[in-house]
Amino acid sequence: MDHKFVLELLPGYLDQELGLSEALEFERHLDGCEQCRQAYAQHREVSAQLRQAALRVDAPQALAQRIEAALPSPRVSREKLGERFRRWLGSRSLSWAPVGATLASVVALSVSMSLYLAVPSPDQRLTQQLVDDHIRSLQSDHLFDVVSTDKHTVKPWFNGKLDFAPPVVDLAQQGYPLVGGRLDFVNQRPVAVMVYRYKLHPINLYVWPGNDAGAKPQVLEQRGYHLAHWSAAGMNYWAITDAGAGELDAFISDLRAQLAA
Amino acid sequence: MADPTIERRFKTLVLPHLNSAFNVARWLTRNDQDAQDVAQEAYLRAFKFFPSFRGENARAWLLSIVRNTFYTWGQERRQQPSGTVFDEEMHSLEMSDAHQDDNPEAMLIRSESQEQVHRALRGLRLEYREVVVLRELEELSYKEIAAIVGIPIGTVMSRLGRGRQQLAALLAPMNQEK
Repeated sequence: MDHKFVLELLPGYLDQELGLSEALEFERHLDGCEQCRQAYAQHREVSAQLRQAALRVDAPQALAQRIEAALPSPRVSREKLGERFRRWLGSRSLSWAPVGATLASVVALSVSMSLYLAVPSPDQRLTQQLVDDHIRSLQSDHLFDVVSTDKHTVKPWFNGKLDFAPPVVDLAQQGYPLVGGRLDFVNQRPVAVMVYRYKLHPINLYVWPGNDAGAKPQVLEQRGYHLAHWSAAGMNYWAITDAGAGELDAFISDLRAQLAA
Repeated sequence: MADPTIERRFKTLVLPHLNSAFNVARWLTRNDQDAQDVAQEAYLRAFKFFPSFRGENARAWLLSIVRNTFYTWGQERRQQPSGTVFDEEMHSLEMSDAHQDDNPEAMLIRSESQEQVHRALRGLRLEYREVVVLRELEELSYKEIAAIVGIPIGTVMSRLGRGRQQLAALLAPMNQEK
C-alpha cells in the first residue's frame, strides 16, 4: 500500500469504518512508517479532544415547548374557532339573532356539504382501516396472537376462531419468515392476519373469503405504507408493509407462487 | 387533514431527537438564537414531510432536514434586499451558553483547554465542520453522514481527514504546552 493511499484511509481506520483487509494493510504500513504513525496519533488526539470538550449542549427547554406548540393540532384549533363563534353569537343583541341563525344554517350547510364531499369510497375506507390496523399492530405489541414460525402451529390456531380456513404458507426460504398470526376485525368481519417479516419490516397479510378484486395485485401507497390487494381461489388478500414497493412486489409473487403450488 | 396516528408517531419517533437537531444547527449557524430558529423550522418541515418518511433512522433523516434548512436559511439571508451580506464571520462569535443562564445547575464551566477546542471547531470551514460535528458529536456512521450531506462515503472520509488535520494545526500550540 503506498503512503499517500494510507493517509487517505487514516480517518476510516480511526473511525473503524474500514473493511478487515484494508484495516490489516493499514496496520502493516503503520508499523513501518514513522510519519503515518505520527499523523495517526495526531488525528486520534484531535478526536479525543473533541469528545472531551463538552461541545454538545442540550436544547433549551423553551425551544422544545415552542416546537410542540407550533406543531399543528387541528382538534384544538377547531374548538377555538367554535368557541369564538359562540362568543360572537352570545355578544350580539337579540335583534341580531335571525342573522345569527341564518349564518349558523349557512355554516351547517357548508359543513354538511364538505362532509358529503369528503366521504371516502368504501375502498378508500377499507384501505385506511388496514393502514390504521397495521400501524396499531406495530404500536401496541399486538403484532401476534399466536407466535410461531411454523405454519402447522399458526394454521390450526385459527380453527374455531374463523368461519374459514386461511391458507398459511411458509416463505422463510424466500426471505420472508412467518412470525405469527393474529385475528383482527376488518371490513365488519373477522379476518385472519398472517405476519411475515422481511429483514426488520413486518408484513401483515390479511385474508378473508370473497372475490372482491382481480387476480392481478393492485398496489397502492398510503401514508408511506404500500398495500397490495388481490383475490384468488375465493379469498381476498391484502398485504401491507413499510418495506417498500419493490419488496412488497417480490413478497407477493413468492407468496402467490407458493399458494399455487 | 392531520392524522392523529401520524402525530403520535411523529412525537415518538422524531421529537426525542431535539438535542441532536439543536446541536447540529448550533454548530452550523454558530449562533444560539439562529440555531433555535433553524431547529424549529426544521421540525415544522419534518412534520410536513413525515408521511413520506419510510426509513428506520429518524435521527439521520431529521438531521438532513436540519442541514437543508440551514442552507436555505443562509441563502435567504444572503439575498436580503437591505444589502447586508450574510457574513459567516459576523455571526460566528455569538455562540454562547446564554440560554443556560436561567438554569444555573446546567451552567457549563469549560476549562481553558476545552474553550480552545471550542474555538478551533468554530473556526473550521463549514464543509469540514459539518462532517466533524456529525461524526464526533453525533457519532454517526460514514454511511449516515454521506446520506445527510449528500456526498460519497469516500468524500466523508477525506473531509474528516482534512478537518481533523486543520484542527490539529489549530490546537498544536496548546498541545505543546502540555
